[in-house]
Amino acid sequence: MIDKLGMYLQYPFVRYALIVGILIALCSSLLGVTLVLKRFSFIGDGLSHVAFGAMAIAAVCDLTDEMLLVLPITIISAILLLRTGQNTRIQGDAAIAMISVGALAFGYLIMNIFSTSSNLSGDVCSTLFGSTSILTLTQKEVWLCIILSVAVVVIFVLFYNKIFAVTFDENFAKATGIKTERYNLLIAVVIAVIIVLAMNLVGSLLISALVIFPALSAMRIFRSFKGVTICSAVLSVVCALAGILISILAGTPVGSTIVAVDVAAFAVCYVAGRIGGRG
Amino acid sequence: MALLTARDLSLGYDSRIIVSGLNFTVSSGDYLCIVGENGSGKTTLMKTLLGLKKPAGGQILAGDGLKANEIGYLPQQTVTQKDFPASVREIVLSGCQGRSKKRPFYSRDEKKLAEKNMDRMGIIPLARRCYRELSGGQQQRVLLARALCATGKVLLLDEPVSGLDPKVTAEMYELIAQLNHEGITIIMISHDIGSAVQYASHILHIGDSVFFGSKDEYLESSAGKNFMMQQKGGDGNDR
Ligand SMILES: Nc1ncnc2c1ncn2[C@@H]1O[C@H](COP(=O)(O)OP(=O)(O)OP(=O)(O)O)[C@@H](O)[C@H]1O
Ligand SMILES: [Mg+2]
Repeated sequence: MIDKLGMYLQYPFVRYALIVGILIALCSSLLGVTLVLKRFSFIGDGLSHVAFGAMAIAAVCDLTDEMLLVLPITIISAILLLRTGQNTRIQGDAAIAMISVGALAFGYLIMNIFSTSSNLSGDVCSTLFGSTSILTLTQKEVWLCIILSVAVVVIFVLFYNKIFAVTFDENFAKATGIKTERYNLLIAVVIAVIIVLAMNLVGSLLISALVIFPALSAMRIFRSFKGVTICSAVLSVVCALAGILISILAGTPVGSTIVAVDVAAFAVCYVAGRIGGRG
Repeated sequence: MALLTARDLSLGYDSRIIVSGLNFTVSSGDYLCIVGENGSGKTTLMKTLLGLKKPAGGQILAGDGLKANEIGYLPQQTVTQKDFPASVREIVLSGCQGRSKKRPFYSRDEKKLAEKNMDRMGIIPLARRCYRELSGGQQQRVLLARALCATGKVLLLDEPVSGLDPKVTAEMYELIAQLNHEGITIIMISHDIGSAVQYASHILHIGDSVFFGSKDEYLESSAGKNFMMQQKGGDGNDR
């Protein structure tokens, strides 16, 4: 089996997939804790559907670089969604649902009407579940992914304390003079970037899993914010690595394999938390 | 000069006015208690004082070189915090945020300050514990230590004793009185009119009739007498 793995690692596309997979897993886990705690778990779903719609448009317009369209549209939607979510609680929820389902339907419609591809359902399926796109990355996409991931990690580390303060108690942070709107905006932009990145890995339907599972698993075991953050980052990377390797060896779809490993890790953490956490 | 002055202040959400015609001043070293029935607008007033929302009318003036970020604040607890994974030390340190706007990490001084305030609140042994696993009284102490990290001047406390048992409540009041002796101005919302009258130097009563004055004046006023009567009569459903 090691031999087989060694053989696969000779191929650049496998190495690319591993690099990108690990980076994306790392980034997506970082903000997971914040999103879960701020009750924004849904925003991942909403945004990924928006990104799906944007991708459909990009595909129809035959853009050579679809990121140019997808990234800005997703960022703008993230900002709008977070804004409605703050002012009016109930309507914010409804707004996410509306935008998310609307974008999904719209995207599929556009693909259906304008698509020239003969394998339409295959295209849609790979956008939704990310089946093969991670194995077909070009060198340019890999670099883009590396740059964006590094930016996300650096921003997260630099603003870690502020993000903690804003997540834990927004009113208090605001009262002590932190510009909370600015940090919410920052969080929105970073989430949008992560979602767009992660679509390559697991597709738009499974993104929420990538964002939320590591955070929830870590929260079973650790009791400090730092502990949870580090643990969820490590868990997410390990699960992604295991998932990609398994999918290469066993020939299963990458995205769903990673998510399956994440679910298994959650189960383990849940049990571990039950056993160890009562003391 | 007064630390905070409210001039003809009115409060409300959107276009609905909840209270209007508030006039009061808070001087350095005061202990102001804000009393009134549920829903009379106490929390709203506190949010307005903190600059979390705009007044519907009138003004709030800050004096004595008080800056907006020099107010410590103990909130009426929110639901999100209840299952938040955070250690006591992390939470207390986060009170220093307002001081280090430009710096990404905490300085050594800030860590010392956090340590000192944990000591003041007697929660050093809890420093590594998880916030959500503490008792209500311990949680309040943690939040108070955090508020102290944010300020050396003014503390705004929104019902700091709600849900605490009589013994812990008494300790909490002593702690707050102690801070007041050390020179920190206290503005506290309370339902417990008895203790308000015992500790406060000034009372602000909001509701159908608005009253502001020193404690003694309040006890003489009709608003005060009525409210004291009600509280004694309706002790059973006191929160
Ligand atoms: N976000 C909001 N939007 C609209 N109305 C609100 C909002 N928050 C509070 N209110 C209304 O404002 C009024 C005053 O609320 P507030 O929370 O200030 O009362 P309170 O005096 O603090 O009550 P309690 O003793 O229960 O804490 C209430 O009638 C309440 O329904
Ligand atoms: Mg209140």
